[in-house]
Amino acid sequence: MIGSLAGLLRRAWRHPSGRIGTAILLILVLTAVIGPAFLADPVVMPDVVAGATPPSAAHPLGTDHLNRDVLSRVVNGARVSLTVAALAVLLALTAGAAVGLIAGYFGGWIDALLMRVVDAALAIPRLFVLLLLLVVWERIPLYALVLVLGTTGWFATSRLVRGEVLRLKQEPFVTAAIAIGTGSWRMITRHLLPNAAGPVLVAATLGVGDVILLESGLSFLGLGIQPPTPSWGGMVLDARPLLLSAPWTAIFPGAAIVVTVLAVNLVGDALSAALDPRSA
Amino acid sequence: MSNLLDVKDLRIEFPAPAGRLAVPVDGVSLTLARGETLALVGESGSGKSLTALALLRLVPPPGRIAPGSRILLDGEDLLSLDPARLRAVRGGRIGIVFQDATTSLNPTLTVGSQLTETIRAHRKASRGEARERAIALLNEVGIPEPAVRFAAYPHELSGGLRQRALIAISLAGEPDLLIADEPTTALDVTIQAQILELLDRLRVSRGMAVLLIAHDLGLVAGRADRVAVMYAGQIVEEAATARLFRSPAHPYTQALFRSIPRIDTPVERLSPIGGGVPSPDAWPAACRFHPRCDQVLPRCSIETPPVVPLAPGEAVRCWLAVREKR
Amino acid sequence: MTAPLLEVRDLVTRYETGGFLRGPTRRVYAVNGVSFDLAHGETLGLVGESGSGKSTVGRTILRLTPATAGSVRFAGTDVLASEGAALRALRCRMQIVFQDPYSSLDPRMNLGRAVAEGLEIHRLVPPREIEARVAGLFEEVGLDPSYMARYPHECSGGQRQRIGIARALAVNPEFLICDEPVSALDVSVQAQVLNLLADLQKARGLAFLFIAHDLAVVRQLAHRIAVMYFGRVVELAPAETVIHHPRHPYTQALLSAVPVPDPARQRVRIVLTGEPPRPSAPPSGCPFHSRCFHPMKNQRCLDELPLLREVEGTMVACHHAEYAAAPAATIPVP
Repeated sequence: MIGSLAGLLRRAWRHPSGRIGTAILLILVLTAVIGPAFLADPVVMPDVVAGATPPSAAHPLGTDHLNRDVLSRVVNGARVSLTVAALAVLLALTAGAAVGLIAGYFGGWIDALLMRVVDAALAIPRLFVLLLLLVVWERIPLYALVLVLGTTGWFATSRLVRGEVLRLKQEPFVTAAIAIGTGSWRMITRHLLPNAAGPVLVAATLGVGDVILLESGLSFLGLGIQPPTPSWGGMVLDARPLLLSAPWTAIFPGAAIVVTVLAVNLVGDALSAALDPRSA
Repeated sequence: MSNLLDVKDLRIEFPAPAGRLAVPVDGVSLTLARGETLALVGESGSGKSLTALALLRLVPPPGRIAPGSRILLDGEDLLSLDPARLRAVRGGRIGIVFQDATTSLNPTLTVGSQLTETIRAHRKASRGEARERAIALLNEVGIPEPAVRFAAYPHELSGGLRQRALIAISLAGEPDLLIADEPTTALDVTIQAQILELLDRLRVSRGMAVLLIAHDLGLVAGRADRVAVMYAGQIVEEAATARLFRSPAHPYTQALFRSIPRIDTPVERLSPIGGGVPSPDAWPAACRFHPRCDQVLPRCSIETPPVVPLAPGEAVRCWLAVREKR
Repeated sequence: MTAPLLEVRDLVTRYETGGFLRGPTRRVYAVNGVSFDLAHGETLGLVGESGSGKSTVGRTILRLTPATAGSVRFAGTDVLASEGAALRALRCRMQIVFQDPYSSLDPRMNLGRAVAEGLEIHRLVPPREIEARVAGLFEEVGLDPSYMARYPHECSGGQRQRIGIARALAVNPEFLICDEPVSALDVSVQAQVLNLLADLQKARGLAFLFIAHDLAVVRQLAHRIAVMYFGRVVELAPAETVIHHPRHPYTQALLSAVPVPDPARQRVRIVLTGEPPRPSAPPSGCPFHSRCFHPMKNQRCLDELPLLREVEGTMVACHHAEYAAAPAATIPVP
């Protein structure tokens, strides 16, 4: 049908949205990895007296209310946000794919049971679960954030994967594999998973955007990443009282969120367009 | 007596990767007179379906009909029609029946409503008149209990009945020319025979011309007056049906006859045509069949063969014919 | 006389649609009592139109579809009752080539791996010999071994079908089901694949169950032909007998509808009136009676199902098979 994964990626590259999105993401990741080594330490002694200063030669994006370099904080914030997003999505993908594959392949009561669990879980809003965690922690630690975002994000993926598996089971090549004597494990890992990978990849990239927004939202509510570790959402929260007097303290972290999510969505768009057999 | 349909040098282009151009239809010329059946035969990739679509200007973008092509219907140039007139021609003067009735019919509308919609698009008629006309059409195409079937949905009909309904819709505008694009490929052999018989009957009773597109030579044996064989975007041979079957002139046609299993001759090992069908963005140089031809001459790969007339309405695109004429 | 390789007795395959919360339950008997034998190295052609059940027969024999009743014996082994290791062993002896070369290959697997799969699963050769074995198979089906690295979408329909055949041959079967192997191919390529199958049969001594709707195609390879209608075999005889002296009216209609590329040959075309019966509403008595044109058709045809019986060398399921229905419509012996 579509050929190898490499072919898929190659075709996604043909779309301008894919190139732009990937380029932006690459820059972001590179900056997040290398940047902090070249920039000022974001966790310097807070200087309330000096306060927020507008962009200047010394501080290209200005400083925040505690006179900390905004550029440095945005770049370090990128590290945190991207790591959380990547890990959470990875967790969600793995769990979702596994459940979807098993439910779709075996069908019957296994499928019914798993899907009812998913249905029930989907009925509980994600944010609600996160807020419930406040009962345990006053501020959610990083590992807990990743865990919770990951374990609440796999439901939709499992549905998606299951749907793909059900469709694939009708394909003659699956019947052919049965005829040659393929067993369950081999069927799932060698035939179903690779062919279901495409839509899952698209869902994953879009999921990254979701998680970034969620994490930023939580931090903005004061419930996510604890200070002084910089996070984009947290920076926007801190910038609230300064919106009119020092807008740069809110604009740059906000823009970072927007640009990242946009880039991720562009890549997702290009991938899903590449998946469409008609565009091949 | 002038022809109903006159196609000259039809050329259809598609953009291909890496800035190239694919030309799936490259210089097709054919004529069709009233009441005549012309069969356009070719394998997949020959360009026959695109040729049919071009007659109604339905070539899917990014494909386009190249300038220099001429399509005349009763002298009227179809390629320069304004949208309103084009709509009138589509269905009103040229009807088309597609291969797969399952996907050509709207599954959410009843057969009757799709029929009346077409009827009323081509002439003024009240609901009641259109309904009567529709039921008469369903009857004409041999659908039993037409009044009942009028209210049926496509999925409630069998494959054969669906195809008949599709034919009815194509006749709704009272066209002079009916294009049947592989109308029976998706049907069982016994139903196939019924449908082809129906098309023939309609042609006679309505005085239509029929352009029958097929990939099966056997299908057209008793059902066409003339046959045009297409290969790689060109017509390589055109002849009266009897002559084509008796003594095909083009090596491709000859090879085709040798390679199809027959039921009327003793069983013998088939002689397949070596190689495969070329793709439209990389046609072979000069004669497009030369890489697979078993009678190839040196000049076939260097000079494009001319179209050699053999008799009125008969021609072949081959260097061998030039030699023989001398 | 050696025992037949394959014995099918009273095979029944039933589908059920609907049921709990999904509408009324409807039973469809795709295969409704089919019996035949297949000898070593023989080709039995199974012919019928859509809804005849011919593809389902093949799938049921290979345990790709569950059988409802009846028995299938392969070289003495009960196929329908085999499980686990016994079933896996059977899979090496009975294989299938599918109709659609475009979707019967995993699009994510390169051709070499696709053909090697059977070898890997059944551990037929040590891993380091797999590549050589696969290359040999490629050559056997007429493909250059360099194609091993290619993917299905990079190949033509004819090439993919050759891969499908190579994949089936990899496990060294004695019996091959060909389920419409050339219907999806271009005319000029069909001949290539048919010749290949004929050559392979000779070289490997394979038995074929050749399923098709096109009698002309089946005739190229078949020693005997079975004609199916509505889940049952209505005629079974040596190929040339079926072609030149058909006894069942449906066979005669089928033959007369086969396109013959010779306008000079005058044939009476039998055009069947009416529609084939709906699988969900099976008619009483003979399933063909609603479209039958036999001059001796009578009430018995509506009441009593005709059983397959021998009439002058042909097995035929018709109450009036002794009286040929339409001799003018048959294909004359050249």
